[in-house]
Amino acid sequence: MDKTWNNKAWFMVLPVLLLVAFSAVIPLMTVVNYSVQDTFGNNQFFWAGTEWFEEMLHSDRFWQAMARSLIFSFVILAIEIPLGIVIALNMPRSGWGVPVCLVLMALPLLIPWNVVGTIWQVFGRVDIGLLGYVMNALGVDYNYVNDPLDAWVTVIVMDVWHWTSLVVLLCYAGLVSIPDAYYQAAKIDGASRWSIFRHIQLPKIRRVLLIAVLLRFMDSFMIYTEPFVVTGGGPGNSTTFLSIDLVKMAVGQFDLGPAAAMSIIYFLIILLFSWVFYTVMTNSGSER
Amino acid sequence: MADANVTSPRAGSLPAPGPAVTKAGSGDVARAMRRRGDQSRFWWLIPAFYIAFLILPIYWLVNMSFKTNQEILGTLSLWPRDPTIHNYMVIFTDPSWYKGYINSIIYVVLNTVISIAVALPAAYAFSRYRFLGDKHLFFWLLTNRMAPPAVFALPFFQLYSAFGLIDTHIAVALAHCLFNVPLAVWILEGFMSGVPKEIDETAYIDGYSFPRFFTKIFMPLIASGIGVAAFFCFMFSWVELLIARTLTTTNAKPISAIMTRTVSASGLDWGVLAAAGVLTIIPGALVIWFVRNYIARGFALGRV
Repeated sequence: MDKTWNNKAWFMVLPVLLLVAFSAVIPLMTVVNYSVQDTFGNNQFFWAGTEWFEEMLHSDRFWQAMARSLIFSFVILAIEIPLGIVIALNMPRSGWGVPVCLVLMALPLLIPWNVVGTIWQVFGRVDIGLLGYVMNALGVDYNYVNDPLDAWVTVIVMDVWHWTSLVVLLCYAGLVSIPDAYYQAAKIDGASRWSIFRHIQLPKIRRVLLIAVLLRFMDSFMIYTEPFVVTGGGPGNSTTFLSIDLVKMAVGQFDLGPAAAMSIIYFLIILLFSWVFYTVMTNSGSER
Repeated sequence: MADANVTSPRAGSLPAPGPAVTKAGSGDVARAMRRRGDQSRFWWLIPAFYIAFLILPIYWLVNMSFKTNQEILGTLSLWPRDPTIHNYMVIFTDPSWYKGYINSIIYVVLNTVISIAVALPAAYAFSRYRFLGDKHLFFWLLTNRMAPPAVFALPFFQLYSAFGLIDTHIAVALAHCLFNVPLAVWILEGFMSGVPKEIDETAYIDGYSFPRFFTKIFMPLIASGIGVAAFFCFMFSWVELLIARTLTTTNAKPISAIMTRTVSASGLDWGVLAAAGVLTIIPGALVIWFVRNYIARGFALGRV
């Protein structure tokens, strides 16, 4: 669609601009402000330069939290994306099954995040939870409160439970939009199930898949509420992801300087990914 | 059909809200394809197992909410032996509990209304015009959708304290605009780009003023888009806790925050906790039922 050049369109964008500026730019400036200053209380601040940033980039705590977040995100992607594709491929395409599947699958997406945490906290408990009880009855030594590995497994299974549906819904939407003619052509050629997937379905859902990958990466990279409710970052620090560490530092210990510096580094990473995301999206749109 | 509106780079090449014909058509052949394969007769097992996996933990919560605390802690039963609605009664009779629901609903609705109201004209501008810095602005909006809430929690608190807005519904509604407005703009822009520009031009030639055209002709055309955008605004505002909890103390506290507080304070009233959790699932389930036909289409735009 040809768009006309019209700078008056700014007036239509203005409300959005003001609103988002109010809730994004001002808070961000506060963070920047803290990140370059030091305080001894009483609201007296001193210029600290890049001190906090250097401290952050040299602290083990920061890099460990970062490593945990990255590992978590990659494990999540490795499980949720293939699983989502397989389920989307096997979803019913017509009839009463469609709305039922869609509604049931979308259900976890609409549960408040801390309730998701609560559900799994209860479900995994050894004494009152079905999962924990069954696991122990089967002779598996499972206790997410004490064992770091079990805590990780619980958090990952919880995230798979919570967000795989997003991947499923995205892929499903991509699959239903493939025109019938493609399948007919494949049928005439006698294509196998696998080659239909490989050469028709996969290229056609490539774009939604990309969106799914990037959304899941970014959202899992900033996950906070669910693991916080289930494990509280423990046992020890084993499930303390970047955002949990950040909130701990900012709200718990009131180390505003380091927390602000960390926020900015964190935000820049997200910004980098958003930029990649945006570039890839706009490019793949104009390619075809 | 999907390639009809490729030219706008942002609108992308994703299937715009397209004719429903292909959907039904590809269903038949896709089914036929499935029948050809070896595993084809059991294809439904995969979604069935997945749904069972999704429902089981929710069932466990519902199950718990109908039990007494003694039963919860004493025995592990797959269904309530002695069903009780006591846990729900606790919530419905105690204002500090049920007010949480009212608070949540107030700020979620406020947020949805504000987000859609400001996003409509902006999305129209993005889909119809080019203007100075439009791409930069769009990217900047997008980054706010990606902003980690943890970064904003503390500055938000200070900002809204400065304005005296702490513990009001409007504070949470405005704060949630941070991620919902960009989202609404994004979704609406996709739907609007699917509407041919000739419709605008014809309406202007027929003597419609812009506001009249927008409300009488354009908005009905993208009604499903507005529905989808409203649904996602509702959803993300409803599930968010970190910011909502930071900005409220008592009067506007959301139910999900009240839940966490009660757990830590009174210890282990599992039954009431489960009942409260079940009640937070219901609004989402209701809303999703109303938009079920548009969900796939909304996701198809990839605007989430």
